[in-house]
Amino acid sequence: MTSTDYRAREESITLSTEPVGESHELLSLNMGPHHPATHGVLRLLVTLEGEIVRDLKPIIGYVHTGIEKTCEDKSYWKVIPCVERMDYVSYYFNAMAFCGAVETLLGVEVPPRAQYLRVIHLELNRIASHMVWLGTGALDLGAVSMFWYCFRERENILDLFEMSSGQRMHTRYFQVGGVFEDIPTGFAAKLRTFLDRMPARADQFADLMEKNEIVLRRLRGVCPLDEETLLGLGVTGPLLRAAGNPWDLRKAQPYSSYDHFDFKIPIGTVGDNYDRFRVRHAELYESVKIIEQALEGLPEGEHITSDRKVALPPRHELATSMEALIHHFKLVTEGFRVPPGEVYYPIEGPRGELGCFVRADGSAKPARVHMRDPSFSNLMAFAPMVKDGYIADLIATIAMLDPILGGIDR
Amino acid sequence: MPDATGLELTAQALREANADSVLGTVFFRGRAVIIANPPHVHEVLERLKAQGYTFLASLHGVDYYPEEPRLGVLYELLDMKQVDRISVKARVHTEAPQISSVVDLWPGADHPEREVYDMFGVEFEGHPDLRRILMPEDYEGFPQRRDFPVGGEPVLFTYNEEKSYGKAQ
Repeated sequence: MTSTDYRAREESITLSTEPVGESHELLSLNMGPHHPATHGVLRLLVTLEGEIVRDLKPIIGYVHTGIEKTCEDKSYWKVIPCVERMDYVSYYFNAMAFCGAVETLLGVEVPPRAQYLRVIHLELNRIASHMVWLGTGALDLGAVSMFWYCFRERENILDLFEMSSGQRMHTRYFQVGGVFEDIPTGFAAKLRTFLDRMPARADQFADLMEKNEIVLRRLRGVCPLDEETLLGLGVTGPLLRAAGNPWDLRKAQPYSSYDHFDFKIPIGTVGDNYDRFRVRHAELYESVKIIEQALEGLPEGEHITSDRKVALPPRHELATSMEALIHHFKLVTEGFRVPPGEVYYPIEGPRGELGCFVRADGSAKPARVHMRDPSFSNLMAFAPMVKDGYIADLIATIAMLDPILGGIDR
Repeated sequence: MPDATGLELTAQALREANADSVLGTVFFRGRAVIIANPPHVHEVLERLKAQGYTFLASLHGVDYYPEEPRLGVLYELLDMKQVDRISVKARVHTEAPQISSVVDLWPGADHPEREVYDMFGVEFEGHPDLRRILMPEDYEGFPQRRDFPVGGEPVLFTYNEEKSYGKAQ
């Protein structure tokens, strides 16, 4: 029995073409807010007719902690750790979007070395984020061992983050004007070991998934959504690329020296769950390629801007220079002031366009910080995806949708 | 991004179609903003969409307290073919915070408009399901407004559980 006639046989006994009559009762099922398959505190109100999903309403807000409001009460450099906690799986991206927005407002030039270091950490974070997606996604499909393999690789990335910044998550490594510290001795060697191993590991993940009949049948041709609908719903990132639209901000509107690197944008064809899996999986190799090039061509020089009004002076200057001491004091107590204005700084996160809107009113605290989180928009595509599908496919779809509730609720 | 001239030309074309629709333009740090007259914002967005800005990247609110009109709704539009961005801003007063919904143009405006309503109290006319989205449905007040205090939310413990919102006083 091939997978296609399995589907055809299933189709022949489905109720999906029959109208809802008196004999077919609709059942409202409440999934969540605490459910292992909802990837966070997401509540789904599902209307079922037998096993078929007729309607779905996502109910969100359970982890809303008012981070955007909190940001308005913090000076700019103290906002960075706050925004990092929005989408807690891709913290470097949140910091990058915010720092980029503030740098645009200030008109600060980021040194080339800092831009490359940012790219290295962003792409490492993209791999780590995709590892979480692949591990938990496979877990939803019933593959437990996949979870351990993926988290083993993620562990190596977190070790690298710990080496460069002292923290494993929410590192506060990106600063306005550059990065906090230069990478330590030994980081490059450890990173190279990781980069050498990662493509082979990714091959293994592909084998584990693609040579598994159950996984293939649960992903292929399941819950597709066309490009037109996705664009109308504001969906970006791997979900849009799976439907065949090669939109990637790293190519389209390069930031932080992404135009220096040679990489490809993986795209899918029909936009089903299998394409979503393939696109994200292929991105692992591209990220490795970007990091290799960034490490190879890492320019010498400053790791943070030398503009003392924005970045802290080097520690040793405090002992000898009165001016450095004053700058240090001003930055640590009040923070820097940002000229009034509004910017919207979009970057390509692991889940799509992550845009940070910052309004400055001339003081040392932002008057408004808003994150356009890709998960927030992508979640709207969930209902049209799973409509008239099986409830089991709903679980597979949410696994391939990869929403992060911390980013949705903020 | 359109340059400053491109922005003026776009604004001029919108003005020619309807003289009242555009109140002004701002060009700052490479970001082009068209300030739309709130009653005509739907019309402006529809024209820009027809012009090629077919993707609504973001929709969010801003409180300009103490300036008037206080509440701003911002639409970040994107033209994926020309790789071009433009922003539209409409500002409304807190006393009459009504603005027309753009869910008919972009179904993806659904949740963002609910968020702006939830956080700022802007009422989107024609929205199919305008309810709070992040805050509890029985919540009072609009937390992202600038006059709403930070830390104004009491932390729930056993001793004050009965006094929390939604419970009978």
